[in-house]
Amino acid sequence: MTRYFTKDHEWIDVAGDTGTVGITDYAQGQLGDITFVELPAVGTAVGKGDAVAVVDSVKAASDVYTPVSGTVSDVNGALEGEPELVNTDAEVAGWLFRLTLGDPSELAALLDQAAYEAYIAEL
Amino acid sequence: MRYLPLTPADRTEMLSAIGADTIDALFADVPAEARLPGPVAGLPAHASEMAVERHMAALAARNLTAGAAPFFLGAGAYRHHIPASVDHLIQRGEFLTAYTPYQPEIAQGTLQVLFEFQTQVARLLGTDIANASMYDGSTACWEAIAMAARITRRKKAVLSGGLHPHYGETVKTMARFTGDAIDARPPRLDAAPDDADVIAAIDGETACVVVQYPDVLGRIPDLALIAAAAQAHGALLVAVVTEPVALGLIEAPGHLGADIVVGEGQSLGVGLQFGGPYLGLFGCREKFVRQMPGRLCGQTVDADGRRGFVLTLSTREQHIRREKATSNICTNSGLCALAFSIHMTLLGGAGLARLAQVNHARAQAAARRLGQVPGVAVLNDVYFNEFTLILPGDARAAVRALADRGVLGGVSLGRLYPGEGGLDRGLLVAVTEMTGDDEIEALATALDDVLQGEPA
Amino acid sequence: MSALNPSGWRPEAGTGESAAALAPTASGDHALALEEPLIFELAAPGDKCGVDLDAPESPPLPGLARFLRAAIAPLPGLTEPEAVRHYTRLSRQNYAIDLGPFPLGSCTMKHNPRLNEKVARLAGFADVHPLQPQQTVQGALGVINELAFWLVTLTGMHGVAMTPKAGAHGELCGLLCIKAAIAARGEDRRVILVPESAHGTNPATAAFAGFAVESIPATAEGRVDLAALTARLGPDVAGVMITNPNTCGLFERDMKAISDAVHAAGGYVYCDGANFNAIVGKVRPGDLGIDAMHINLHKTFSTPHGGGGPGSGPVVLSQALSPFGPLPFTARTADGVVHLIEDTNADVFPQPGAFGRMAAFHGQMGMFTRALAYILSHGADGLRQVAEDAVLNANYVLRRLEDVLDAPFGHSGPCMHEALFSDAGLADGFSTLDIAKGLIDEGFHPMTVYFPLVVHGSMLVEPTETESRAGLDRFIASLRSLAERARAGDASLKSAPHFAPRRRLDETQAARKPVLVWRETVAPA
Repeated sequence: MTRYFTKDHEWIDVAGDTGTVGITDYAQGQLGDITFVELPAVGTAVGKGDAVAVVDSVKAASDVYTPVSGTVSDVNGALEGEPELVNTDAEVAGWLFRLTLGDPSELAALLDQAAYEAYIAEL
Repeated sequence: MRYLPLTPADRTEMLSAIGADTIDALFADVPAEARLPGPVAGLPAHASEMAVERHMAALAARNLTAGAAPFFLGAGAYRHHIPASVDHLIQRGEFLTAYTPYQPEIAQGTLQVLFEFQTQVARLLGTDIANASMYDGSTACWEAIAMAARITRRKKAVLSGGLHPHYGETVKTMARFTGDAIDARPPRLDAAPDDADVIAAIDGETACVVVQYPDVLGRIPDLALIAAAAQAHGALLVAVVTEPVALGLIEAPGHLGADIVVGEGQSLGVGLQFGGPYLGLFGCREKFVRQMPGRLCGQTVDADGRRGFVLTLSTREQHIRREKATSNICTNSGLCALAFSIHMTLLGGAGLARLAQVNHARAQAAARRLGQVPGVAVLNDVYFNEFTLILPGDARAAVRALADRGVLGGVSLGRLYPGEGGLDRGLLVAVTEMTGDDEIEALATALDDVLQGEPA
Repeated sequence: MSALNPSGWRPEAGTGESAAALAPTASGDHALALEEPLIFELAAPGDKCGVDLDAPESPPLPGLARFLRAAIAPLPGLTEPEAVRHYTRLSRQNYAIDLGPFPLGSCTMKHNPRLNEKVARLAGFADVHPLQPQQTVQGALGVINELAFWLVTLTGMHGVAMTPKAGAHGELCGLLCIKAAIAARGEDRRVILVPESAHGTNPATAAFAGFAVESIPATAEGRVDLAALTARLGPDVAGVMITNPNTCGLFERDMKAISDAVHAAGGYVYCDGANFNAIVGKVRPGDLGIDAMHINLHKTFSTPHGGGGPGSGPVVLSQALSPFGPLPFTARTADGVVHLIEDTNADVFPQPGAFGRMAAFHGQMGMFTRALAYILSHGADGLRQVAEDAVLNANYVLRRLEDVLDAPFGHSGPCMHEALFSDAGLADGFSTLDIAKGLIDEGFHPMTVYFPLVVHGSMLVEPTETESRAGLDRFIASLRSLAERARAGDASLKSAPHFAPRRRLDETQAARKPVLVWRETVAPA
């Protein structure tokens, strides 16, 4: 399994042709308390960069863009009752949705862990 | 000027403190050619309180007030008695001159009222939850249709022919611009509402069915039947209540399967005021909460753990969501909601039930007497406090002739449906606890005279 | 993700204990600081009633039997003394303009003259049905017509749509006029340009009216970037929505050039008139090329805010847009009769291009009477003084505080009716929120915070013309003290307010697990 990042603060874990997407711990820290997560419908075809989920804090609603194209295969149902998982465990239990990858070559343009950490260090 | 506290000396000293020579220096960013050299031409100068009051009183005197005539108008605005304490309380400056409760620590009064209001409305409409009010019933009706489209991801609304025509026109205006499809049943002068037609119009494309209860002609549709048909097609039932006092007597729409219930709340606590401001009621199933339009007040705790209230779920709203908001609505009808809530609190459920029974009984007395006027027939078999008379000729002319006799005799369907020739003979008559036997007799007598062509 | 929290607004719970917690009482009340239960905790449904009603004279119609309510609505009733006490006690937990300055930028909280309340309650206005025959409501129609005349004349426009029920409803009305005018030309333009400093209602309204919304950047001095706007104009652009004076409290100097460029490209100019109170009587928007502008009667013309409405948002229209307004409208014939036109095919004043009804009946009459009384009281000369005093007061606040609070556009000249500050320069860990909550303890309502979004940690102060100089000096002294405390890192500010009916409320809990109605099972804390 390989993890990639975007400059928009999403992460994606790739195993075979499936990717699991969430927002980074840095992003949840900036947003503050997450109050609600709006997730896409399973089966939705999405293009790279589409806004497919929304993360609400008390005073903001932030779109989450999918790092790569594909078809939504699963969503994290636990967030319905416990949106705070995105705060407490953004990069594991707070995952948002899974995709069947449309074009694995898109992964090449994403950041690796070191590159993302270097990026946020400059923000 | 009595409303402007700065003195000429203040102004001079303040300009000096700012470092500006003249007041116009502060308007320097306005291009010189757009700056007016003096007061706007063609308008009068300031006036004393006494002079303004005289002017306004003279305008007011040119209206025939409802209290000065036998009065039978309804059609979405009803004349009920408002307890004296309601108007007294809403004029307390802490309610009247407060803003939207964005700083909850110093707005618990408004917020607790809204929480109580939401609970009262939900229990009255029979819904799980309700919002903190909308502009009025007609705009709430459109918001419900837009919400149903978001929930079902469908774009067609089926409208009953019994929907108030102003509500129907408001919906059509909006839909013309948003691209929603509106399938409106035509109004018909039948004794029974058009439930079967409405049910037949529901299909797999239908987002919602919109049914007024009681309907604009005073008939009562079978909401449970329509709700079941809507549900079978995955559509939602939007029930519209323009006379909330009716819900003291007839079953709450939410208990009959309506998914969204909207209404006009004016009947409780808010005077006629020539059409506004009123307040929209909006209730729905709890699972739709994040698709709701309008403000919501929720319960929480403060830093000391004490119960308190805040505006909540505001990420649905325009000031955060901007172009993705559930609605562009930015205000509710706060002071009218307060008036509604106070009146509802004075009544309680039992008082509302009694009030509704009295309204219905008064309406029966009126229908019996008016049905005896030669040439006049009562359309409805069933009604609450408003029913439709069928006159031998154009009701619009009859209403004008009644007004010439000092009688405000009802709302003609010709007024409500301009251009719909087939409805011309219909006259809507509303009766409330305010309507005395002498008024009923006065209308019956005057109507008889008018229909026989007696001069006023 | 989209931009992470650009305004910088994050709720913080606060720390420490309140004065009330340190000196508990058996009742929970503290002298004149009175707690009040919910009505549902004061009485049970069916217990009692504050309205005396006779028994009904007859039972329900037999035909109604199948529709009857199975049980009465489970709502408690209170007798009049209990109800009066309940609402009076609740009222005392509110701040209000009657108690002191309410400097909410962009919201305009000015004194509400009581004459307005008195005339609105005259029976001839308050007890008149909207559908009475027109011959019986000539005075009411006369009020609408007279107010319409004032609004058109003060703005230098051609017509006015009186029916919109609030500012945002007025925005919608204006955009629908633009859409109808474009359709009448046989064109299809889908884009509305909105500056990034706009009120949230602007993009929300444009989207609701079926337009695509594109943002225009601001210049470093807080105004619309004319070059960027002009570059974007084209055959797909229906118009622009511009707030002037803008939400940074500045007049858009290039307004006429913007209008000319938009018109040359075939578009229309919508002006958000939320800030018209800064220029009323001094500048006519019609002279700046505006095609449509809503006027929030509560902001410019002093109708009460009522804790969140009702509003009223008439829309003045240019000659180009006037034929496309909504129904109904009023018009006076030479014989002095005022007609209410409810039908596109009316005998007098037919208006075939009208786009239809936006709401039931004829607008917010109760607000019209109040606004007209205010306008007549001031007259053309007094309204001009209103704008001048509002602008003077705001500049006074700006210049008296800019040494302790960062004023991001203070260098670009005078402000209009509101002074904009930011959180730059506060000690680490201190934010706009702390200043706002500190103002509560000082006995003032906070200013608008975290708006406009173009400035981090915005504080937008609008004193209005109805504050005295002494009152302004007291407010300035408090804000200065708070700014100094926040710069010095005074920890007690983090737990403010200490003296309000409630301390900071947990908005996260409210949004995560919404409790929107009272239920017996939800135990009070």
